[in-house]
Amino acid sequence: MTSGPADAGEAMGSAARAPTGGMPPSRDRGAPTEKGTATPPPGTGQAAVGAPVITDVAGLQTVIDTLAGQGYTVIGPTRRGSAIVLAEIGGTQDLPQGCGDSQDAGTYRVTDRRDEAFFGFAATPQSWKAFLFPSRELLWSGAAAPGRLTVTPDPAPGKPMAFLGVRSCDLHAIYIQDRVLLGRAYTDPRYAARRADAFIIAVGCSDPSSTCFCVSMGTGPAPSAGFDLSLTELLRDGRHRFVARAGSERGAAVLACLTAPTAGPDDLSAAQAVTDTAAAHMGRHLDTRGIRDLLYASADHPRWDDAASRCLSCTNCTLVCPTCFCASLETVPDLTGEHLTRQRVWDSCFTSGHSHLSAGSVHGTTRSRYRQWLTHKLASWVDQFGTSGCVGCGRCITWCPAAIDITQEAAALRVPAPHDPAPGGEPA
Amino acid sequence: MRKLAVWKFASCDGCQLTLLNCEDDLLPLTDQVEIAYFPQATRAVAAGPYDLSLVDGSITTPADAERIRQVRAVSRRLVSIGACATAGGIQALRNFSDIGDFSSAVYARPEYIDTLATSTPVAAHVPVDFELNGCPIDKDQLLTVITAFLRDSKPDIPSHSVCVECKQRGTVCVMVADGIPCMGPVTHAGCGAICPSYGRGCYSCFGPQDTLNTRSLAGRFAFLGMPEPAVARTFRTFYAAAPPFATESSMHSGGGR
Ligand code: SF4
Ligand code: SF4
Ligand code: SF4
Ligand code: SF4
Repeated sequence: MTSGPADAGEAMGSAARAPTGGMPPSRDRGAPTEKGTATPPPGTGQAAVGAPVITDVAGLQTVIDTLAGQGYTVIGPTRRGSAIVLAEIGGTQDLPQGCGDSQDAGTYRVTDRRDEAFFGFAATPQSWKAFLFPSRELLWSGAAAPGRLTVTPDPAPGKPMAFLGVRSCDLHAIYIQDRVLLGRAYTDPRYAARRADAFIIAVGCSDPSSTCFCVSMGTGPAPSAGFDLSLTELLRDGRHRFVARAGSERGAAVLACLTAPTAGPDDLSAAQAVTDTAAAHMGRHLDTRGIRDLLYASADHPRWDDAASRCLSCTNCTLVCPTCFCASLETVPDLTGEHLTRQRVWDSCFTSGHSHLSAGSVHGTTRSRYRQWLTHKLASWVDQFGTSGCVGCGRCITWCPAAIDITQEAAALRVPAPHDPAPGGEPA
Repeated sequence: MRKLAVWKFASCDGCQLTLLNCEDDLLPLTDQVEIAYFPQATRAVAAGPYDLSLVDGSITTPADAERIRQVRAVSRRLVSIGACATAGGIQALRNFSDIGDFSSAVYARPEYIDTLATSTPVAAHVPVDFELNGCPIDKDQLLTVITAFLRDSKPDIPSHSVCVECKQRGTVCVMVADGIPCMGPVTHAGCGAICPSYGRGCYSCFGPQDTLNTRSLAGRFAFLGMPEPAVARTFRTFYAAAPPFATESSMHSGGGR
């Protein structure tokens, strides 16, 4: 069984710790939007707290040390083999200095920027979902005696995490997962606890990749809210500096440790220029006008057959997507049957098990599975959660081994089918 | 006490070794299961019928084609284990050639060889209750299967792609990040995506996954620079005779079989 889009599933308990700021995310989410612009939960830094300051590499190290000293595990980008991945870091020496990336449909390469930049790359292969909603999680273990099952809940999550380098698209993806996992009748207590603890240091993007389209989705490139700290990296005049803003009281407290000077007008305009340049260099575009209705009206479009001829039904797009939340629940007994564990594992609408009911899979063909993915992301997500399920991070494009591009597939649906079948008619 | 039997047909015995390697894991079962027939582990033979028969190996001789019927007749549940038993194994490469050519090339007196023209899975001969993939099978999956059959429940063995496991363990995709051809997207999960975690492409030792698209993946291999004969060979290894792989490899083998 899969806890899917219309099914909160039993993974969700009831006793959730509230997210940062002590307020649960609002159920009242205002008018639905076809963009991925979910708003952060109230209390998570709707506006800057205090004036922006200017700091340097040593200042960034102080931020990392301060958070580590407060008991956080600091997670940030680091080079591992052929990619820049998110992992625990000890300091700025672990950041992928001078690394950029070159991404396109089905391809990713780390590049040499020939500069000092720590954050001069775009989306990492995995998002922060891997930490807040891990791929496999023990929910409980139990001991069975005849007629009796004793359940031991999994102990609460460990050390709080600090995320360094959260991009604006991924921040919006976190707000979207907040709505899915915290904003409904049943909340996921483990997610809630990790989320409440997470200290978020956002970074404004400077070098979007050719698969980025956050501008289309209204989710970037500059982080606007929902962070504890936000950095913009500046590399002008041979000086490596950061404009830093606090977005919460605890962020402001960390910044206060730096005794950094207030950023001047030059620094602020340089930071604005980084954002403007990034916004002007989006690699891709998704036309969101009326996209919900477009998807619903396109159920019989022949493009689905074309996509199905290329799609491997491999699940990569969904597992790298920072908003996809489908998981299945596994009960694993030991050989004696006296002990068992209940685990939640990532699942995807591209597996046949995802929609398996007594008579077989509801989505029995790749055509149907691909249509489910795109329709959920861009249309039914709006009805379900009030925003698009896509924040324009481009991961599903880059990490699709078959180089399928969500922006191209959505655009193709705008082209009327040559022999448009009657509405509601059987697909060809 | 349930009776377990383990039968060997044409195979390297690796899958039976997987069962032997379970060692300590199997100890809790000693009061529930009697190993009634398992020549590789014990000479003791208990008469059938058996509650669960694990069958290792493919059917390659007329005698084996008869013997598998007898095994089925004395087994309440029959589970075929491994690439040989579920798809014909590496020895099913003979299915794409003439067995007579092999026999005369290898044996001094080929007339002594009494073999079938093809290597076929158990399910091609008798009904099978469950097929467990892998070359060799995975130990934990085998334990899952045995546990499930002891409780008369269906084993929870996902049939999705290796990519699921690859992403679950946080490996960076070698096909996207390194341009290395990888069979993961068409391959049945079960190994835990070992090869990509060592920077290599998946070789598909667990056979086809259940929602696969070999055509598209072969196209991607060509895009990555793989020559046609290599595409054919890539689909023609442990699971050469599994129908989706056999069809795909034949499309790249220069018009031959
Ligand atoms: S659908 Fe694709 S581009 Fe949109 S958020 Fe998910 S992975 Fe990113
Ligand atoms: S698109 Fe993502 S969230 Fe929606 S059904 Fe598929 S895997 Fe689940
Ligand atoms: S769209 Fe791409 S990544 Fe997604 S299931 Fe299909 S082939 Fe895999
Ligand atoms: S490395 Fe192979 S198994 Fe892993 S995601 Fe890529 S294609 Fe799939």
